[in-house]
Amino acid sequence: MIVSTTITTATALTEEKDLYFSEGLYYAYQENYFDAISRLDAELGQYHGLDEPELNSLHQYINHAEFSVGDFELYYRMHKRAGRAIKSVIEGNVDDVTRNGAAYRLAKIYHQKQQPKDALQTIEGIKGKVPEKIKYDLELLKAQIYISNKKYTEAISLLEDIESVYEVLGFAGYNLAIAYVGNNQTEKGILQLDKVGQIISNDKAVLAIKDKANLVLGYKLMENEKPEKAKQYFERIRLDGPFSNKALLGLGWASASSDNYKKALVPWTMLSKRKVTTASVQEVLSGLPFAYGKLEAHGQAAVLYGNALESYSRELDKLDASISSVRKGAFLKAVVREEFNKDKNWLVNLRDLPETPETHYLMHLLASNDFQESLKNYFDLVQLDRKVASWDGYLDSYSEIINKRKNYYAPLLPKIQDQFRSIDSRMNLRVAQKQRVSNRLDNMLIAPRPDYLATADERIILNKIFILENVLKSKKNTSYPKLQTRIDYLKGVINWNIETEYQDRFITTHNNFKLLNEGFENLNAIYRSFIRTRQAATQSYIGYDSIIRQLKIRIRNADEKIKLLLARQGYMLEKMAVNSLQTQRKRIEELQIKSRFALAESYDRAVKAQQKEELEKLKSPPTDKEGEVK
Amino acid sequence: MKNFRVIVALSLLVFVPSIALSEALSREQIKGLDEQVQDIKKDVLAISAELSLLEEKLLFPSNTQVSLFVSVAKNSQFIPDAVQIKIDDKSIAHHIYSFKELGALQNGGVQRIYTGNLKSGEHKLELSVVGRQNNGESQVEKGTFSISKKVGAKLVEIHLGSTETSLIEIKER
Repeated sequence: MIVSTTITTATALTEEKDLYFSEGLYYAYQENYFDAISRLDAELGQYHGLDEPELNSLHQYINHAEFSVGDFELYYRMHKRAGRAIKSVIEGNVDDVTRNGAAYRLAKIYHQKQQPKDALQTIEGIKGKVPEKIKYDLELLKAQIYISNKKYTEAISLLEDIESVYEVLGFAGYNLAIAYVGNNQTEKGILQLDKVGQIISNDKAVLAIKDKANLVLGYKLMENEKPEKAKQYFERIRLDGPFSNKALLGLGWASASSDNYKKALVPWTMLSKRKVTTASVQEVLSGLPFAYGKLEAHGQAAVLYGNALESYSRELDKLDASISSVRKGAFLKAVVREEFNKDKNWLVNLRDLPETPETHYLMHLLASNDFQESLKNYFDLVQLDRKVASWDGYLDSYSEIINKRKNYYAPLLPKIQDQFRSIDSRMNLRVAQKQRVSNRLDNMLIAPRPDYLATADERIILNKIFILENVLKSKKNTSYPKLQTRIDYLKGVINWNIETEYQDRFITTHNNFKLLNEGFENLNAIYRSFIRTRQAATQSYIGYDSIIRQLKIRIRNADEKIKLLLARQGYMLEKMAVNSLQTQRKRIEELQIKSRFALAESYDRAVKAQQKEELEKLKSPPTDKEGEVK
Repeated sequence: MKNFRVIVALSLLVFVPSIALSEALSREQIKGLDEQVQDIKKDVLAISAELSLLEEKLLFPSNTQVSLFVSVAKNSQFIPDAVQIKIDDKSIAHHIYSFKELGALQNGGVQRIYTGNLKSGEHKLELSVVGRQNNGESQVEKGTFSISKKVGAKLVEIHLGSTETSLIEIKER
């Protein structure tokens, strides 16, 4: 079931997947929901902490991710009211098919946990398209929930429509019979059971429900003292099906009730050879001699009662050993073994646990929803306990790493910081200078300033000329006109060059400025890299103490709670097992007492019969070989 | 004996088996404990998510972090059995896939096979994938790629079986 649902999620994804979300799905597809939720939670936490989450690759899947984390919680049986799983199922911003698939599972959980009102509310909240695969299962579940809520009319209306649908064949019909009976339409209910009891199918599950319908009908007729009619229903039940023991027992009783004990011997003898751990076989062990007794075969009856008593005694010893073993914790120890967690058929395999032969006695208990849910909780707690135990070690390692980093970086960083400050101020100065040049160049585009682009030599020469001019002016000597002319000539040459080469010089300056910018970019990259490295070095050991301390406290608290819950859950499971074993013990004891009395009676009758026979032998005269009276 | 028959008949009509419930254990007790288990799951999950974040921040800071993911193309004919990865001639990860893991990959799940630290710059990534085609024919594919690590966290998706000619495709993010 998990695969089909998660495939729905996966197919909705486009090619450019979010790797972390898909990692969550990877664990979910393996039914490792703890890791799936944990990874997805961490990813969602990071996503919600982003300044610009829309740039993150999770953004396009955020609705699916939010829904999935709740959906995985549902698979992880975290369906508490007002919990995230419920919220995501009810409010999930995903397509109808995905949401309704999850709502179906939630309703099923409520139904299995016998919370009919919650189940009804959830299933009635399903609107729109539903996954094609569960279309009829959903209808069937809805009808079952109606029955649990005593809404028989609604259930009947639903079930009548799907009774013949292949996907729910047998189950819809059987539930329809229950709904009829609940609705005080007993006759219709019986006819409906009869109909289910005649279904033709090769499907094992359908055949099982068919057998169940016949069995219920058979016993119902026995209850109404119609044993002859009951026989045909018992006879319809397969001899290798899960209800065959009860059917054989019932068939025997049907014959016995009609005083046809000889006929009762056939199914009962067959049943008596089956595994003695089942209630029907135990029952028949005293039923068989009861029939022989009725057939006046008291000797045979006494022997069989004797055998039954031996068998009961052995089974009682086994049950006592089992109860003691369960109380010592052997049962729990065996069921939490790793290999059972990995195998889907763990429940079936439990029967073959070598250390716990009593599991044969616990099959009914093991198959019950309460026990299975409790056992799953126990498995989950064991898993949590292992995880939490390993985390404490992680935190110790983290603390060690942090200390090592601190010891390494703490003495280095202040010196580096001093050097950095000096370089940083020089760099700021150069950045300001560059900015001034940049502004000047921008202004020169509007108002050309050739003088700004004079070369160093030109500036030196102009400066010298300026000095010479001043000297000439100070001497107030007009006798050197030639000198002034020469100075003007030189000035003219330089200014000519500056003015005429302005465009070329301006372009060259711009190009040089671009190169300077590149240099500054490199410088900034080094600067940023340094800042990041320094920050990374600082962050590699600062600010973790309180996080680690708090996590340690939380882990310790969680560990204590888990251990407590593990003990309570374990106690509950053991109590369920012991109660079940004790109930069966009590039943065997009752059979034992009855058999003891019956044995005594059979023995008396056998003795009396023997005495009578001997007496009659004595009374009658002996005969010779030819049969003549001597 | 007749009583027995009535009891069996009634018990068969009961909709949900109630054998597990004994007088000593009430439904409320079972439900109460179940809710407490759900609460502790919630607590432990929250701790786990925080630990993951702490681990990432502490051990794999984003400026050096590199993560490698393995995915399998939809409807791919190629079924990977094992993957071996080297970065700069150093073996960093290898994995043999279980049946469940394969199923998860084929359904669109992505496996994070490695998270570590790398300096900025170019690095050599060598992959060796052992697997088989749908027809059972075994196949070994090797590839050498160059990956470029920059300032942010580096994510590399190793996409398997996208085309028949090249079984390994690298997507850098």
